[in-house]
Amino acid sequence: MDDHSFLTKPVFGLDIIAKSALLTDRLKELSVHHYECCVSYKKILKAMDFNIDTVTDYHNIPFLPVRLFKQHELLSIEKDQIIKSMTSSGTTGQQVSKIFLDRTTAKLQTKVLAKIVESYVGKSRLPMIILDSSSVVKDRAMFSARGAGILGFSMFGRDKVYALDENMALDFEALEAFLERHKGKEILLFGFTFMIWQYFYKFLKETDHCIDLSNGILIHGGGWKKLEGQSVSQEKFKEELKNVCGIKKIHDYYGMVEQTGSVFMECEHGYLHSSTFGDVIIRRAFDFSVADFGEEGIIQVLSVIPESYPGHSLLTEDKGVLLGEDSCPCGRKGKFFKVTGRLKNAEIRGCSDTYVPQF
Amino acid sequence: MLRLEVVAIPMYLNSKIQLMAGNDKFSEMPALKPLVPFDDSVIRFLDELSGLLIKHPQGRDFPEIITFGFYVRKSSITRLKRSYEDLKSNVGRGVSFHIAPSNVPINFAYSLLVGLLSGNACIVRLSSKELTLTNILCDILSTLLDMPKFSELKEYVSLIKYEQDTEINSFFSSICDLRIIWGGDNTVKELRKSPLPPRSFDITFADRYSFCLIRAAEYLNIKDKRKMAFNFYNDTYLFDQNACTSPRLIFWVGDLENIRKAKEIFWHALHELLIEKKYLVQPMMAVDKYSLSCDVALDYENVALPIAPDNLISRIELESLQSDLPERTCAGGSFFEYSDQVPDKLSNFVSRKFQTLTYIGFKRDELVEYFANLEMVGLDRIVPCGKASEFSLVWDGYDLIRHMSRVVSFE
Repeated sequence: MDDHSFLTKPVFGLDIIAKSALLTDRLKELSVHHYECCVSYKKILKAMDFNIDTVTDYHNIPFLPVRLFKQHELLSIEKDQIIKSMTSSGTTGQQVSKIFLDRTTAKLQTKVLAKIVESYVGKSRLPMIILDSSSVVKDRAMFSARGAGILGFSMFGRDKVYALDENMALDFEALEAFLERHKGKEILLFGFTFMIWQYFYKFLKETDHCIDLSNGILIHGGGWKKLEGQSVSQEKFKEELKNVCGIKKIHDYYGMVEQTGSVFMECEHGYLHSSTFGDVIIRRAFDFSVADFGEEGIIQVLSVIPESYPGHSLLTEDKGVLLGEDSCPCGRKGKFFKVTGRLKNAEIRGCSDTYVPQF
Repeated sequence: MLRLEVVAIPMYLNSKIQLMAGNDKFSEMPALKPLVPFDDSVIRFLDELSGLLIKHPQGRDFPEIITFGFYVRKSSITRLKRSYEDLKSNVGRGVSFHIAPSNVPINFAYSLLVGLLSGNACIVRLSSKELTLTNILCDILSTLLDMPKFSELKEYVSLIKYEQDTEINSFFSSICDLRIIWGGDNTVKELRKSPLPPRSFDITFADRYSFCLIRAAEYLNIKDKRKMAFNFYNDTYLFDQNACTSPRLIFWVGDLENIRKAKEIFWHALHELLIEKKYLVQPMMAVDKYSLSCDVALDYENVALPIAPDNLISRIELESLQSDLPERTCAGGSFFEYSDQVPDKLSNFVSRKFQTLTYIGFKRDELVEYFANLEMVGLDRIVPCGKASEFSLVWDGYDLIRHMSRVVSFE
């Protein structure tokens, strides 16, 4: 468990064979660890009559439904080892996931995230604009996914400035001063897809304010669900942002609070990539078998990170398509894929209405 | 012919209501004279309706239209009437206001049927969803009701649609003598926001729980296992296991060896049928079923999740029957299994929420005797496997015809 030498492997440099071996070893090791340390995990594997020793390929390691973290507090550590807990960003009334970190897992998250992000923005720390309000990270007792994301990515920047004030209005003066200070330099920007669109893009679009971010690299995540309602596609998002501030390098990332650190970042060709430290498997709804390239299915995510909670293999409620492995023109090894949306609620017959407002 | 002062529906509410068939003068319905149960005019109307439904060109796509068509035939209604020969001095209660569920489109027709048969004027609020089957039936009903020979009966029927609106609910609630609420707990809760006149009351169809009792040894003796699988399918997958009558728990009775054998054959036969019927596992359904399995394995002790070839059937074997089991439900083919030598554990397990028990390998009379002695707070119907969703005038513990009519007593 304490052997983290896998961290020395190149983050996007292992081919399918080397990566498979690494993942099988590490994920098997994590499964055994959680089996021994997390009663809940053990109960589920026992119910499935699953024997971890028989695993020769990480594809066969069971996955937990991500929903389980909303219904239960799943831990593989003693409570006094918790240094941080994080929650997913659910809207009011929704149940949120609760994830508990110890020192080791928190450190692994940071290291893995750093390796992934470096591949996109380089090793040196860039001046950084956070496209959000500083109020999001003020309450440190309980990290929301948004706060955790901001703090996680803040490590890669320096001289940080928050672009939005407490009322989510653009702090134009602060931004202008910042850009003046760093004229001609590369700038890192980070934010959540919806927030960027709603509060940053729309402000620039609707007012005659101009800022030049043609030297910027934007990393954004959090999902497209809210923007789909406004018919904003990935392409439109990029194009419109470029129109209002000249930014050309824009990278979406796919990740979830249950697997903080091992995010999947979008490359220069518009595809999400799995690194050496995580993986996606697209599964068929009919039998959870592994889907072919190009076949849409349910996304399973795997991560070498989680030691403090059994989150190393999760079945999400997102759908996606695997586009290839080791062959992306961007040069990064590993799988590349697209997320095609959230799973729709099942359409069900029967006499108990599933959705009240339409009874 | 007005009997009462009329409370008119405000214009701004009226404009939100779409009439699908029948009478649009809702406000005048309380002035109508109630009919007697099984009124001749109603039986004549239903028989004519039956004729149109049985040979409807879209019956192939919607077999429930045909089933309903046969159910309302004169011969069928006359047979049903026999159980009510004693209702010589009953009349309808007046205006019945029905809230039909959105997920079983045909249901509104049965609700209308009992409303009319018991002698009431019927305002039926249909689901605001666009449903082909609802539209087909409304077209037929509308055409029939507009015929001169049914002009009198037309006054007794209003099939309407409106978006969920508490004010409209309140208006209809204020003029009705009876409110029939389908659609489960949440719909009941929503409608209870609208008060009823002092003498009016609700007939509510709340969320219910149903299960299946199988005697393993007898099941093994049944010759036609495929037929039995088909029966079980009709009770469950036909409605995505989401009808209140769909069993969610299988209680196996017998010795372990027989149960083991019976399970193997039973689930295999069902699986074959599902493959043949091309039952579609929707992605979210697969995730829901899997999540429930994990959730239960985690919360209960010694749960077993048998390995399955695919996600068509999700089985959860239990070591004990926990009281919160009825809260843990999932549509689309997720079954709990519990085994015992005798069914005695049921008496403590069955709660108010329990509705239908289907059975395989028991005789009706032995179950009647067995359950009569248990004095349970729940369980309204005990029917052979395959008949769970068959409509009956006695439903959810209500004898609907008696309940929806008024007894005039003479001494």
